[in-house]
Amino acid sequence: MKTVAPIDQQEVRRLEEICYRVRKGILTLVYNIGMGHLGGEMSMVETAVALYYRYMNFDVLDPHKPDRDRFILSKGHCSETLYTIFSDLGAYSMQYMIDNFECLDKSKFGMHTNRKYCPQVEVSAGSLGHGLPIAVGMALAGRKQKAPWRVFVMTGDGELDEGTNWEALMSGGHYQLGNLTLLVDKNRLQMTGPTAQVMNHDPLDKKLEAFGWDVRVIEDANDMMQVCRALDAVPQADPVTRKKPIAIICNTEKGHGVDFMAGNVKWHGGGLGKEDYEHAIDYVESQWERRKESWR
Amino acid sequence: MAVKSTFDFDQMLSSAREAYAEELLRMADEGLDFTFTYSDNVAPSSSAGKLVAKYPDRCFNFGIAEPDQVGASCGMALAGEIVYAQVMGPFLSLRSADQIHTDIAYNDVNVRLIGTHAGVTAGGGPTHNCIADLALYRAIPNLTVVVPADAAQCCKAIRQSYSFQGPMVIRIDRAGMPAVYADSDYDFTFGKAIQVLEGTDVTIISAGSPVYWSMMAAKKLQEQHGISVQLLDMHTIKPLDTAAILKVAGETGNVVTVEEHSINGGLGSAVAECLLENGFSGRFKRIGLPDEFAVLGETDAVYRYYGLDPEGIANTVFELLTK
Repeated sequence: MKTVAPIDQQEVRRLEEICYRVRKGILTLVYNIGMGHLGGEMSMVETAVALYYRYMNFDVLDPHKPDRDRFILSKGHCSETLYTIFSDLGAYSMQYMIDNFECLDKSKFGMHTNRKYCPQVEVSAGSLGHGLPIAVGMALAGRKQKAPWRVFVMTGDGELDEGTNWEALMSGGHYQLGNLTLLVDKNRLQMTGPTAQVMNHDPLDKKLEAFGWDVRVIEDANDMMQVCRALDAVPQADPVTRKKPIAIICNTEKGHGVDFMAGNVKWHGGGLGKEDYEHAIDYVESQWERRKESWR
Repeated sequence: MAVKSTFDFDQMLSSAREAYAEELLRMADEGLDFTFTYSDNVAPSSSAGKLVAKYPDRCFNFGIAEPDQVGASCGMALAGEIVYAQVMGPFLSLRSADQIHTDIAYNDVNVRLIGTHAGVTAGGGPTHNCIADLALYRAIPNLTVVVPADAAQCCKAIRQSYSFQGPMVIRIDRAGMPAVYADSDYDFTFGKAIQVLEGTDVTIISAGSPVYWSMMAAKKLQEQHGISVQLLDMHTIKPLDTAAILKVAGETGNVVTVEEHSINGGLGSAVAECLLENGFSGRFKRIGLPDEFAVLGETDAVYRYYGLDPEGIANTVFELLTK
């Protein structure tokens, strides 16, 4: 993890502009390929952008360099956010991603992440409840290797229904993996309804604490300043010293940034029609203009 | 040319579960770097327990949570480790099926899953039987599936797996496995079957402990009926050595498979598919556990009940040849 200067307004504005580009990019990618999971892809944008553009030691053009920080997207169906970030960082053009999306034996990108097709992806994922156990193993390997890198893993909140997460919360706590950080994208909706109704996890913070994790809560993780304040406070990775792994509960809004998607369970998965796409782009652009206005 | 076997010796049991961990300990002592994960069934007094005690920084216990263990083993391998993971076979194959498929095989990582307690060797009834694993493993891409015939061969597999690229399952029994090979002076290559006995009347294709039982059945058939049995040790179930199968099937015209697995989906099914797709028209019989939850009893008694002991195998082969 990089050593960064304390977060300030100028840096937040830089990152917010990236989020604006990434949101438009996700919409454009999903519109063109005809499939995606826009709700969760939009809710995680601020956290993912903060990690890739400010905190993680990661080179999109040298994605396998040994000392890189690892980001595991356990909610692998939200792949288009990652692809768009890799594109924005300079690895791929939008047209290249569209042309190479799920095209049989020429595929470079898929609805669910594949590390062999897209080398910037750390873990091939899609089936839920896999990322956290893998992250625990990676962090243990980091400890064995006395490696300087840190492991970040992002799960959804609905995903926490899967029991393997709780097995890994147990082993992560047991092994006191100070080089492991879990980010729960708590957008409060899963495929068919509110998480609190489908399968309630709350009080999540207390549960994670009880499993031996150092729990931090971001009240609004679609607010870049709040995200950065939380991530600034994450201590440097120390693979050897046993201390609590960190869990950051990122309270987000599913479909954040697009008026008709925000908080609407309907936008968990699917494609995007032309009219909706154009409206969404207009909305994202107008919101961005208003945001910039507010800085004046 | 057949290898030197224990055909003329009394049964010599040796635990593959102990032997493989001793081999890992030797490899660690030689300076080979790897990681070992295990569950809450490794006793401190066992060879694996000694490995854990001597190399605590590379050995990780996951308690009673096989999916977490298999997933974490994937994470270690993604971070560059060669991982040996000892997991109790029934819980490896059934509870961790998704992790084997998605974490280990789809991510294509250097994890060697050592599935213990093959067949009914765990004792304790169907919850602890490992009879569907080969059917699952055969259907998972990228996965190499190895079933060593005895403890010494298991050590060869462990040693060779160190430099192997890709995921692998190594399936062994809970306790002692009878020695098939008289010494270690024979070639062992993943994907290459070994001819244990030469014969002219019938071919038995087997893997794991049943190779020894088949060898003893061959002895009975020779002594009691003058039937000459050719025996093939198909230690790698996937990729299957189809060339060897077709060669021996062509030589005798009669093929029998013997395995400590359900007759559905395992070695017998693999051999049958190979034979039928290549125009084999001779006699064929699968010997294994029938499509039912096994009766309760001691391991040897259960195998005897289902005709998986030397006498039962000999009787089935004789019936096949005389019907």
